[in-house]
Amino acid sequence: MSRLTVPKTYKLFIGGKFPRSESGRTYEVATADGRFLANAAQASRKDARDAVVAARAAVAGWAGATAYNRGQVLYRVAEVLDGRRAQFVDEIAAAEGVTAAVAGRQVDEAVDAWVWYAGWADKFAQVAGAGNPVAGPFFNISVPEPTGVVAIVAPQGGASLAGLVAVVAPALVAGNAVVVVADEAHPLSAVSLAEVLATSDVPGGVVNVLTGSPAEIAPWLAAHSDVNALDLAGAGKLDWVDLEIAAAETLTRVLRPEPGVPERSLDRILAFTETKTVWHTKSLL
Amino acid sequence: MTIDTPALAPVERAVRVLGGDLTERGLRQHLEGLSGVDAVGLEQRAASLATRSIKTSSKAWALDRIIELIDLTTLEGADTPGKVRSLVAKALVPDATDPSTPRVAAVCVYGDMVPVAVDALGGAHGDPDDGLVSVAAVATAFPSGRASLAVKLADTRDAVAAGADEIDMVIDRGAFLSGRLGKVFEEIAAVKEACRREDGTSASLKVILETGELASYDNIRRASWLAILAGGDFIKTSTGKVSPAATLPVTLLMLEAVRDWHRLTGEHVGVKPAGGIRSSKDAVRYLVTVAETVGEQWLQPHLFRFGASSLLNDVLMQRQKLRSGHYSGPDYVTID
Repeated sequence: MSRLTVPKTYKLFIGGKFPRSESGRTYEVATADGRFLANAAQASRKDARDAVVAARAAVAGWAGATAYNRGQVLYRVAEVLDGRRAQFVDEIAAAEGVTAAVAGRQVDEAVDAWVWYAGWADKFAQVAGAGNPVAGPFFNISVPEPTGVVAIVAPQGGASLAGLVAVVAPALVAGNAVVVVADEAHPLSAVSLAEVLATSDVPGGVVNVLTGSPAEIAPWLAAHSDVNALDLAGAGKLDWVDLEIAAAETLTRVLRPEPGVPERSLDRILAFTETKTVWHTKSLL
Repeated sequence: MTIDTPALAPVERAVRVLGGDLTERGLRQHLEGLSGVDAVGLEQRAASLATRSIKTSSKAWALDRIIELIDLTTLEGADTPGKVRSLVAKALVPDATDPSTPRVAAVCVYGDMVPVAVDALGGAHGDPDDGLVSVAAVATAFPSGRASLAVKLADTRDAVAAGADEIDMVIDRGAFLSGRLGKVFEEIAAVKEACRREDGTSASLKVILETGELASYDNIRRASWLAILAGGDFIKTSTGKVSPAATLPVTLLMLEAVRDWHRLTGEHVGVKPAGGIRSSKDAVRYLVTVAETVGEQWLQPHLFRFGASSLLNDVLMQRQKLRSGHYSGPDYVTID
């Protein structure tokens, strides 16, 4: 495996940088059979707050990039991820106690998901948008726009990489910025994915990865006034009804928990868009 | 080399400290005789003051006090009367969702906008000690200070006549850096004189040192003393147009000058860090530094101010967080 025998300390990914938790806390990550694997940062509510600030700052640039450019960047993520396939297979096999073949299929699924969603970047607007019929000399056009900052609880306790990509990639397609709480028990592939994102033209702050306890962090993200949407995909075991109530206080869009790894779907892209409708005169003559 | 020894304006403070026959030579000897600044020690002290842990109840107090100490500022070439009026509206009611939010100390505008600000404030124009809002005007060819003395004085008199309670002047950094300390002194003294109103009262004078251009801590200490000796009511770090603007070590150094002046004469001189203070966290560090350097008595609008614009929104968001228990966002404060 690696020549380095000192176990790596995995850090958070906020605003394109890899800081330690503001709280200074870490927690031990174990293999499936209970052996020590690595230390991971245990994010606090202040890390979540910083991540939201970073995400907010990144929305304008990412949403303002052309759809074609976003597609290229997401495809680039797939390329870089594929190039580091061996590392992810090792990490997943060690952490989740699966064979290299099973881990390999999970990495393949993650790469495929990036490519699949990259393809949608300059196509979903054609499907979801419309030229509406109106009784007057106007064009009436509806187009989907990104919701803004999306907070996500990644699927927990299963396929850590595929689960993470299945929720992060669709939110990015439309131009949202993401704060994601990774799989608590298997956070290592999430931090390694952050390293992939940091080296694949994704602007800093567009994806922010927090490792630690979703039960601790999710309520702060749900209640945060500057979070526009909340994806509770992996929050099935939390008290997610309370999270939904907290989110409603500040008019946050909510996607309810889903067991396992969410299927690839156009719906997951459109869940984090808002429809903008504009009227335009047919002629200025 | 001969040292020129023209007599300087007989500013009362300087006469008391330097003796009756005030000359440029005497001033230079005094300022150059100040002990040098231990830069490493100063920065370490400032860094250690920035690590204090603030508990929730103290934080609530600190946030309100920060608002009460803000000079809400707009100093853009693109300022319009409408922009100034909206700034005044924000100064009076910083957070419309919470009537318990205190008012800021003053609004700070360019001289030609003073009538607009005074008009917009109406009956709320007055002393921050009475819960009212003052009008501060930048003058003396702000921000560069590159104009003749006559122009600078006219600039100042205009602003005072229009109703400004406070004048923020810039020193001539070019003269200071080339060693013409007498010229800097004379200008401050003359502007101080121009702050007088017909009824014998006087607008408060803040002297901007523009520390980002002064090159060394020693120079900042000298400039602080120079500004105090020449009659400044406040010493202010920066215009906000030059980077670096206010930093904690520089403010600490200026507070030390103010403290030493207080020990020497019993007089109170104010300090105003301006520019670059954007977060509540930073502002709280300044409060700690003030309290531990000159004492808590300095944490009042006549002795300490923040020159800031975006700081207010961050403080309001922190206040909303304390009140509601969840983090607020920029959609919940006004855009300015």
